[in-house]
Amino acid sequence: MAKRLDIENLNLYYNKFHAVQDVSLQVHARSVTAFIGPSGCGKSTVLRSLNRMHEVVPGSRVEGRVLLDGENIYAPGVDPVQVRRTIGMVFQKANPFPTMSIRDNVVAGLKLAGEKNKRKLDEITERSLRGANLWEEVKDRLNKPGGGLSGGQQQRLCIARAIAVQPDVLLMDEPCSALDPISTLAIEDLIAELKKDYTIVIVTHNMQQAARVSDQTAFFNVAGVGQPGKLVEIGETGKIFSNPSQKATEDYISGRFG
Amino acid sequence: MTESTNSQRAAPPGENGAAPVNTPEGPVLEAPLTPPNPPNEKKVVRVGDRIFRTMATASGAFVVALIAAIGLFLLIRAIPALHANEANFLLSGRWETGDPEHLAFGIVDLAWITVASSVFALVLAMPVAAGIALFLTQYAPRVLARPFAYVVDLLAAVPSVIYGLWGALVLAPVLKPVAVWLNTNLGWIPIFGDGNVPADSGSNVFTAGIVLAVMILPIITGVAREVFARTPSAQIEGALALGATKWEVVRTTVWPFGRSGFVGGSMLGLGRALGETVALTVILSYTYEGPHYSIFDAGATFASRIALGSAEFNDNLTVGAYIAAGLVLFVSTFAVNALARWIESSSGRGKE
Repeated sequence: MAKRLDIENLNLYYNKFHAVQDVSLQVHARSVTAFIGPSGCGKSTVLRSLNRMHEVVPGSRVEGRVLLDGENIYAPGVDPVQVRRTIGMVFQKANPFPTMSIRDNVVAGLKLAGEKNKRKLDEITERSLRGANLWEEVKDRLNKPGGGLSGGQQQRLCIARAIAVQPDVLLMDEPCSALDPISTLAIEDLIAELKKDYTIVIVTHNMQQAARVSDQTAFFNVAGVGQPGKLVEIGETGKIFSNPSQKATEDYISGRFG
Repeated sequence: MTESTNSQRAAPPGENGAAPVNTPEGPVLEAPLTPPNPPNEKKVVRVGDRIFRTMATASGAFVVALIAAIGLFLLIRAIPALHANEANFLLSGRWETGDPEHLAFGIVDLAWITVASSVFALVLAMPVAAGIALFLTQYAPRVLARPFAYVVDLLAAVPSVIYGLWGALVLAPVLKPVAVWLNTNLGWIPIFGDGNVPADSGSNVFTAGIVLAVMILPIITGVAREVFARTPSAQIEGALALGATKWEVVRTTVWPFGRSGFVGGSMLGLGRALGETVALTVILSYTYEGPHYSIFDAGATFASRIALGSAEFNDNLTVGAYIAAGLVLFVSTFAVNALARWIESSSGRGKE
């Protein structure tokens, strides 16, 4: 677990629209990489290409390579289902399965992978919920539906569900944008703990959040509507926020646009 | 112009005559298109609005009144015949209405043929409809899904007498060997046992149910297609991101989300099957022998019995007997449809 990602010359398309152009960057193992940038810059699209979720959209296309510890996940013959089992994802809006209990939500991925041993599933349920800082709040109602939890709890349930399969990489697509500040803080604390074991990539609109949780930050930008998004620069978070090498990055971070 | 944002929006730029700033808040909100109105204490009433509201309300009330009137008509006409009835209406299988002095009629046989053919149709149609709806919403490429759905909907446009002819003349001969095989090999199961007509006659519940299944297929498919397509994409993506295959996505998200809507659609189909008349009148052969409670029975359903009897509608009491049968059908289809609507409306709740 906890592998590195190398993105090489990634180009992403929706039908004829060139959404992301020539992105190359490295994501280090056991660290948090934040993607920031204005709306429409392609940061979420890049994130979704890292576990082959981009191609779920009809008419989408991927060019370039994404290497997971040197193995190209877009190599011919690689099964996208297998890729998604090793690269987990947490979405902007918490999406637990509403008809499943909290326990079944947590182990949904394991059950899909064929794990049937009840004792093992129970162990993993507890470990994952503890890992997501949710165990104490839900341990007495594991059989209740996941939809009954608060928004922040639901999001932590989704994180528990994602880490239950012990993924190599955890992708987070604006995981706090629908949450209140207290729930946001809980998730940010959790990210800080999770990075001891996992490689994390997080897309965020909140620059303070990127500054707080990430080790390196990638800034994406787009020249205008209909233009492809591009990676402007990537660097250590402290440096990007204090002394960026590009003028556009500085303008964005200082709030002059976006 | 800066005190109230509402007034600002209501007033076109450059308007200076009747300053809407002075207009009371209420009328301005209600009449944003006519800001030059003088301040007015009375509520503004528009003739067009009133006419339209009256018409819409009347149309709605008319439908409700119509249903109530039909129910009332059936009840009023049925009561005298039920009083004159010499047999037990609910428990007898007799249908002797030729002599108005000695009416003897009961609904047991009619109910059996009606329910057997409809339920058999439902059993056949439900899995096929679920399969078609899942294929159309989850598997079919978009270019194919639309025309294919259109073809399925077209099944509903075929007149039922055509289904009847097709069932009696084309399908029944084809089904004969199947019916005989089932009767011979599975005859020990009561439902496949000997009917009141020979298994190879073709004009039995077996054929009727298959034709009905085709007829209700577009109804169930249509409803199922809509509920399956409404599955929140966040949930589908959640399942995909966990490494679910296409089938696992269907099993973990689409099916649990759409299941109750699908059942509701099936009940709508059942309501349609219970009331189907012409096709069954053509397919089912009439027999004086009571049913053997097998799907190889022949006989009449509520609706086909009424259609067949229309020639003897010359006496009020005789007609009353048929109307009593019609009332049972009316109430049961009404109940099934109400159940369907209730299941459907409670399906989406708390899931989005």
